[in-house]
Amino acid sequence: MSLLDIKNLHASVNGVEILKGINLTINPGEVHSIMGPNGSGKSTLAGVLARRESYEITQGQVTFNGKDLLEMKPEEAACEGLFLAFQYPVEIPGISNAYFLRTALNAIRKYRGEEELDAMDFLPLLREKMRLLEMDDKFLNRPVNEGFSGGEKKRNEIVQMAVLEPMLAVLDETDSGLDIDALKVVANGVNSMRSTERSFLVVTHYQRLLNYIVPDYVHVLVNGRIVKSGGPELALELEEKGYSWTEAEPAGARR
Amino acid sequence: MSTVEQLQDLTKQEYKWGFVTAVEEDRLPAGLNEEIIRAIAQKKDEPEFMLEWRLKAYRYWASQEKAQAEPKWANVKFPPIDYQAITYYSAPKQKTELKSLDEVDPEILETYSKLGIPLHEQKLLAGVAVDAVFDSVSVATTFKAKLAEAGVIFCSFSEAVKNHPELVKKYLGSVVPYTDNFYAALNSAVFSDGSFVYVPKGVRCPMELSTYFRINAQNTGQFERTLIVADEGAYVSYLEGCTAPVRDENQLHAAVVELIAHDNATIKYSTVQNWYPGDKEGKGGIYNFVTKRGKCLGKNSKISWTQVETGSAITWKYPSCILQGDNSVGEFYSVALTNNYQQADTGTKMIHLGKNTRSTIVSKGISAGHGQNTYRGMVKILKGAHGARNYTQCDSLLIGDKCGAHTFPYIEVKNASARMEHEASTSKIGEDQIFYLQQRGISREECVSMIINGFCKAVFRELPMEFAVEAQKLLSISLEGSVG
Ligand SMILES: Nc1ncnc2c1ncn2[C@@H]1O[C@H](COP(=O)(O)OP(=O)(O)OP(=O)(O)O)[C@@H](O)[C@H]1O
Ligand SMILES: [Mg+2]
Repeated sequence: MSLLDIKNLHASVNGVEILKGINLTINPGEVHSIMGPNGSGKSTLAGVLARRESYEITQGQVTFNGKDLLEMKPEEAACEGLFLAFQYPVEIPGISNAYFLRTALNAIRKYRGEEELDAMDFLPLLREKMRLLEMDDKFLNRPVNEGFSGGEKKRNEIVQMAVLEPMLAVLDETDSGLDIDALKVVANGVNSMRSTERSFLVVTHYQRLLNYIVPDYVHVLVNGRIVKSGGPELALELEEKGYSWTEAEPAGARR
Repeated sequence: MSTVEQLQDLTKQEYKWGFVTAVEEDRLPAGLNEEIIRAIAQKKDEPEFMLEWRLKAYRYWASQEKAQAEPKWANVKFPPIDYQAITYYSAPKQKTELKSLDEVDPEILETYSKLGIPLHEQKLLAGVAVDAVFDSVSVATTFKAKLAEAGVIFCSFSEAVKNHPELVKKYLGSVVPYTDNFYAALNSAVFSDGSFVYVPKGVRCPMELSTYFRINAQNTGQFERTLIVADEGAYVSYLEGCTAPVRDENQLHAAVVELIAHDNATIKYSTVQNWYPGDKEGKGGIYNFVTKRGKCLGKNSKISWTQVETGSAITWKYPSCILQGDNSVGEFYSVALTNNYQQADTGTKMIHLGKNTRSTIVSKGISAGHGQNTYRGMVKILKGAHGARNYTQCDSLLIGDKCGAHTFPYIEVKNASARMEHEASTSKIGEDQIFYLQQRGISREECVSMIINGFCKAVFRELPMEFAVEAQKLLSISLEGSVG
């Protein structure tokens, strides 16, 4: 069974159609990458999957892990195992990173009927993930994302992913704003989580990231449609030729 | 449902403390005149000096009332109060003096345990002594013996008048004279009880002191008075909590609190105010018109006010500090929340008289529903206050688009060496923030309460530990349902 199955998805914002019939299937363990020009709808797709409420779904179905994703609230989708690493992580003043993440993990554990973790059990876990992402302990007690540099925010997203251990992680331009070393660290973090069950949908503008996180499939999203799909070599081709040539070809994203 | 609709989908949560206790009351007839004042003094078996003081206060108040001098400057709206329709004394009937807690009416003990304030010492939070005031009368004070050992006097105001008249005489009205304002005059005339604390020289009070106020009777006003004196080098931390039953008509609560800190003394005064706020349509609720002021009389003294105001239909209060002693410190940390049709006009006054006096003001206003939240603060630096400093931070958070936040900071500086800093912000609770937290698996309501607790962090961390937790819960409950 596929983990995520998107069929003919149309979505609008304020009456303007942004996604114009997306078809995409992701099986357990697969890494898919989405590339595409600015404003083509990549973040919109990520937002729709994460159940952001400002989007109106006008057509189509999305099945996640056998359930109707479009019926879920954002927190339900999260508890079902969908994680979104935000393109622009949000600051939450006055709430420490550690407290926030423990609350999140416990909400998910509770949803799954698992025992909640107290601070004593949780902290070593968080510390371990932070070490993996080479983040200093001082970020434990800093308010969520407040005053974090662009790169620190992105790393913090991956720390959260590592703690929450989702089934499907959607990474929206996690590479932008990272320096070269940080890019390797983040890619490492992601790769360490790859498994036969866990899948990734990696949104990026740069082929460079895909040298580190090697995808199984690359899709090109232009103007709300997937206009081309292929293997990792497609990313190289895009790097070389840009996007304009893809639009002429027929869409074939469904495998 | 759109975000806006969700934001407007207001409180489904009912006030949880709204029950009424059936106890026999001893009450005076409604109305206010010299006879009533004498009757109150007589019921309390007070010494002559108290009666005289009350009568002077009454006469002053009556002249003010005649002149229609009820304060009108606050940013709140309410119909005129009929002061002759209020009952000024109501007490649960009890046989003479109580020898121990076991003699307290079980109904009343039950009330407090329902409110989460068990009065039996063995069940109490360790390290907190409680004075329970039910309607106008103090019904129980816990841990008296332990406090007495340290030399700390913690008792009801009535007892203080009887057992420590010299202290009461010396300090009563020394910070808030009965001529201070309309409601303070009224309180001075009719106050029936409250708490009294005296911490002697060099003593650090061995536990938190706390008073729990409960209005129960109908058509009564509650007028309590608190007087706290910290002698040289003393330290005391005091907390008050308040609730009242759900009733359709408004009830008046006009309290006075006076604090006096001598040389090197510190008083920390925390309030968690949760009087009945009225229903969703704005019917009923307590009018909370309170005068609170502390005097940093001695050098290096410190008075710190922390308040979490979630209840009351209308709140009108400005806990203030008179910084008289050189190097004295005044602090005001406030969270005020208005939901539905609640109105709050609250803030502080910092009056700098002494040299190198410092004050800090941190105010967090949260408005939801049709709530109106006003911060009103005054910082006054007088001529002699060389090197005075003030830091003010004033933040407002809006939930939905039918509520309001207003800020009126007044600054008066008569000494050029003063340094003032002022920061202010108004923000709306962001859908982006809520979505971010939700995406991590946290329910919408919990997200909102998390964001709000983060917003109030700077104030909550000033509260004693146990109460900080209470205050957070209270805030969440008061806002439940206000964000979809
Ligand atoms: N709330 C909104 N109101 C109006 N237009 C919106 C809104 N959200 C997205 N859009 C529009 O939808 C289109 C797709 O935006 P989206 O953020 O999905 O693009 P993207 O592919 O992620 O771009 P980028 O590569 O720049 O991140 C853009 O034209 C954008 O302006
Ligand atoms: Mg984007």
